[in-house]
Formats: sequence, C-alpha cells, structure tokens
Amino acid sequence: MTAPAFLTAQGLGVTLAGRVVLNDISLSLASGHLVALVGPNGAGKTTLLRALAGLVPSDGAIHVGGDVLSSLSLRERARRFAYLAQGHVVHWPLPARDIVALGRYPHGATDPARLTPRDSEAVLRAMQVADVMAFSERRVTELSGGERSRVALARVFAVEAPVILADEPTSSLDPRHQIDVMKSLRTAADKGTLVLAVTHDLGLAARFADRVLVLSDGRLVSQGAPAEALSEQVMAEVFRISAYRAEYQSHAVIVPWAEI
Amino acid sequence: MNAQNVTVAADVAAHRRAGVIGALVVLVALLALISLGIGPVRLSPLTVIDALFGGGSDVQQVIVREIRLPRTILGCAIGAILGLSGAALQGLLRNPLASPSLFGAPQSAAFGAVLVIALGLADVRSYALPVAAILAAFVSVFVLLAIAGRNAGLLILILAGLAISSLAGAATALVMNLSSNPFVVLEIAFWLLGSLEDRSFRHVVLALPFIVVGAIILFQQRNAFRALSLGEETAQSLGVDVDRLRLLVITGVALGVGGAVAVSGTIGFIGLVAPHLMRPLIGHDPARLLVPSALTGAALLLAADIAVRIIPSTSDIKVGVLTSIIGVPFFLYLIMRERRALSGGVA
Repeated sequence: MTAPAFLTAQGLGVTLAGRVVLNDISLSLASGHLVALVGPNGAGKTTLLRALAGLVPSDGAIHVGGDVLSSLSLRERARRFAYLAQGHVVHWPLPARDIVALGRYPHGATDPARLTPRDSEAVLRAMQVADVMAFSERRVTELSGGERSRVALARVFAVEAPVILADEPTSSLDPRHQIDVMKSLRTAADKGTLVLAVTHDLGLAARFADRVLVLSDGRLVSQGAPAEALSEQVMAEVFRISAYRAEYQSHAVIVPWAEI
Repeated sequence: MNAQNVTVAADVAAHRRAGVIGALVVLVALLALISLGIGPVRLSPLTVIDALFGGGSDVQQVIVREIRLPRTILGCAIGAILGLSGAALQGLLRNPLASPSLFGAPQSAAFGAVLVIALGLADVRSYALPVAAILAAFVSVFVLLAIAGRNAGLLILILAGLAISSLAGAATALVMNLSSNPFVVLEIAFWLLGSLEDRSFRHVVLALPFIVVGAIILFQQRNAFRALSLGEETAQSLGVDVDRLRLLVITGVALGVGGAVAVSGTIGFIGLVAPHLMRPLIGHDPARLLVPSALTGAALLLAADIAVRIIPSTSDIKVGVLTSIIGVPFFLYLIMRERRALSGGVA
C-alpha cells in the first residue's frame, strides 16, 4: 500500500464541552481505498468523521488533496467531502429525486428544478449507480428503510467528491441491503474515491475494507489490513471479545463469538 | 423509470406550482379590489379601478387613493411578511408548528413599541416605534432559539414559545398597569388587538421598508432551507453555514414582524396557517413554499380585514382578534394531527 495519501491528519485532537473526545490521531488515507472505522460505542468514531470533514473544530493539521482543510471555504470543503450522516434523516416528505439533487448543492446547483446539464447528468448517474430510478418520484418518507438508504447513498454519490465519509451506512438494514450498500461503496472506491465508513459490523469491515482503523477511547490503537488491524489481541483489548477467524474467497472472515 | 420520465415528472410539478402561484396572485388582486371598495361608502370594483387611475369623482378618488389604499397596501404587505416568516421559520426548524406568533415574536414586538410610547420616547408616527418593535422581536426569537438549542423537538419549541409570549404579554400588562396616562392605556390596548383601521401613507412609509428588507433576507435563504431538510449536520456538509443562516432568519423575521407590528399591532396565526394551506398544493419543499405562503398570507389578511368591515356588529371588530379566533382552533387541529410527534413517538 504505497499509494499517495489524499487525506491525512497529524496530531488531531477534539475537545467537546471540556471532554477530550479525540486525542493525538495521525492517519494517512489513499484514494481508491475503502477504509472501515471501527471501535466500541463512545470511542469517537463519529467525531473523527466530523472532524475530518471540518464539521467540528479540531486541533492538529488535516490535509486533503494537498490543501490545509482549515484554509478551504465551506463550499470547497463540501465539494471534497460527501458526508453521509447516521440515520438518513429527511425532515420533509420530498421526492427522492430532489434529495439526490441536493448532492449538487456544493457545486452551486441549489435548486433541483434548475440543474445545468452537467448537474442533472451527475444526478442521473448517481441514481443509476445507487439503483433508485424506479422510485425517483416517490416521497422518501413513503420508502422502505432499504430504499431510503439507497436514496441517501445516491445523494452522496451525486456530489462526485474525492472523499466519501459514511457514518454507519448499514445500520438498521437487513443483510441483503447491508451487502448492497457496502458493494456500492466498494465500487466507488474501485473507481478512485476514498471511502471512510464507520461500522459496528466487524464482519462487513473484514469482508469489504482494504484497511481498518480501530478507535478506542479517542485514540487510534490499530490500523492495517483487516486481519492484522483486527488481530486477536486487538479484539481482546479493545472489544473484549473473542472471534471466529477464517478466510473465505481470499477475504478475512471475522465473526464475533464470545465475551472475555 | 428512465431518465426522460424523471425530467418530465419534474416539469409537471413545476407547471403545477406556477399555476398555483398565478391563481394566488389573481386572488390577492381581487381581494385588494374588494378591500378598496368596502367601507361606509361602497364602491364597485370598476369604480375602484377607475378612481385608482385618476378617474371618477374627486370624492371617490380621495376615498380610494388616500383613505383605503394605505389600509389595503398594509394588509397585503403585513399578511405576506407574516406568511413568509412562518414558512421561513418552519423551514429553518424543520417543524410544521413553527411560526412567529407561537414563538412570541409579535407579542414581544408589541411590548417594545408599547414601552417606547409609555416612556414618552416617541409618538405613534416615529421611526423609534418600528425600531423598538424590531429589537424586541429579534431578542425574543434569538432567546427562543438559544433556549431550544440545535435540533430542538416540537415540544421544547412550543413550550419555550409559550413562555416567551406569556412574558411579553405580562410585561405589556405591567406597562399598562403602571401607566397613569389614560391615553397611553388606550394606545396599548390598540397594540394588543391589532388592526388596520385608519392607516395613512405615513404608516406605510414607516413599516414597508422594514418589511421589504426582511422579506428579501428571508427569500434569499430559500435554498438553504431545502438543504436543511437533511438535518443541520448534512446541510453543513453541503456547504450551508448553519449558524449564519439562523442569524439571518432571526433578523429577517424580526425586521418583518417588528415593522408590521409597529403599525398594525399583533396579528397572529397567519404565519402558522399559510404554509399549511399550501403544502397539499405545492408539496413540502420548504424553498418552494416561501412565495405561495407569502401570497396566501396576504390573501388571508386582506380577507380577514374585509370580513371585519362586513360582519355586522355594534362596535368595530379588530382584525387581530378575528385572525386569532380562526387561528387558534386551527392550531389545535394541527396539534391533534401532530399528536404522535408531540408525545414523543416517531414523527
């Protein structure tokens, strides 16, 4: 893994309401990789994602595509990071197409009824990739959980950003839809996007990710290819569980098994 | 569904919205004509149009252009800014029960105006009045949003709004209570009721600049409201400066509502009702609701102001009283509809 780093952090720290949430995190992530960010509840995974996107103030240096993050305007940041928040919240019953079109907001296309040809092509591409064409006119509030997660993904793809930050993209989905979502993210990575996805599912992380980052108590305690990052020792110390380990179709298989 | 069908469906929706807006413009124009024709001397719409453009008798011209036109202009502008403020607050807070009057903004603005008069700082035709009203409205909405915090639920917003409007009402009552001058007490009573009677162009000049600036500020935020549909965090990740947006919306609402209250007193519930009437026709997109809600607000206030002149009664019914009498049951109906969200269930 000698690909040049696209997103780096040095000595990243975040303090929220007087509590140190992240402490001295240094990482270096390359384009074209799907990176899974794992760790116990409260380890600071979501905060790390937000800090990398510049959504919470942080100490230390973050570089993206060679630029210092804090030197970029809000709009420039929005073009580099497509951010998928937890839960796929949509507050109004808008048609799926309008939600996906919001992905073009950072590019100046703030009105879904007046997209430039370039923007509407990006929206269509994203809807095709995420497979939401069949219900593009339906209101998102009427869609099933699986369909809604695909709309959320399409919105993220429509940004066409070099980095996708996804916070638990597979939570509350059935196994089939979990695999769907991870496959879409995998495809985006294979096309050159850097994807950083928070997940609690170590099995999915091992199956789909190129690299795994393990966060514990606000510190990055382990990183590397899935099998090494999630070594028996890390599983014991960080997650306090043992796991069934194997290999299947040249991917690591990790199944959480028993508490220690 | 293929790519072409997606575009066609979007076009159909756009045509429908344009049709609704066109119909609303016609409705507002008709109501304005009726409003100009109604009063002790009844004039037909044709006579009104004639007098408006310099025809008819001198008496008709004076009645239409000098006596009734200011009232109609204010009805239009105040109704529109109240409808727009309601739609903007609902967009900002992603909350169908948000509105200036439920947040205590008009009540606070009235307190600001009343205080200035009671202290003898200004008469009813000075710019000190709208400025005090605007400042008080700004403080009330700012405090409300600060108390509620980010991502506040329906219940917190409504409780905080209730507290603030009660406080503003109590403060106004205190000023009334302490005032020894019976004229001041009469003035205060006027602000509590809300009316468009006997307004002159002096009042239009007093209120309109603030209303127009407030409306421009709110309308410019329209697309940010749409991005906010995805929550504050996602909106921020799309490049929306959420803190700045909040401040701008508070400023726009304060300018508009403060300016309106300074000449009309408190007229409630138009901001709550207007967006709700439009959602079945326009859809839920908070950006597209702004203009139709403003037009609906204008139509509602013009209609209410016509109604108070038609309804037979021994003394004048104030238009603010009428909008509250219609608005509060509507609010109760909305509470019933939002019961699940209010009682903590999944919205």
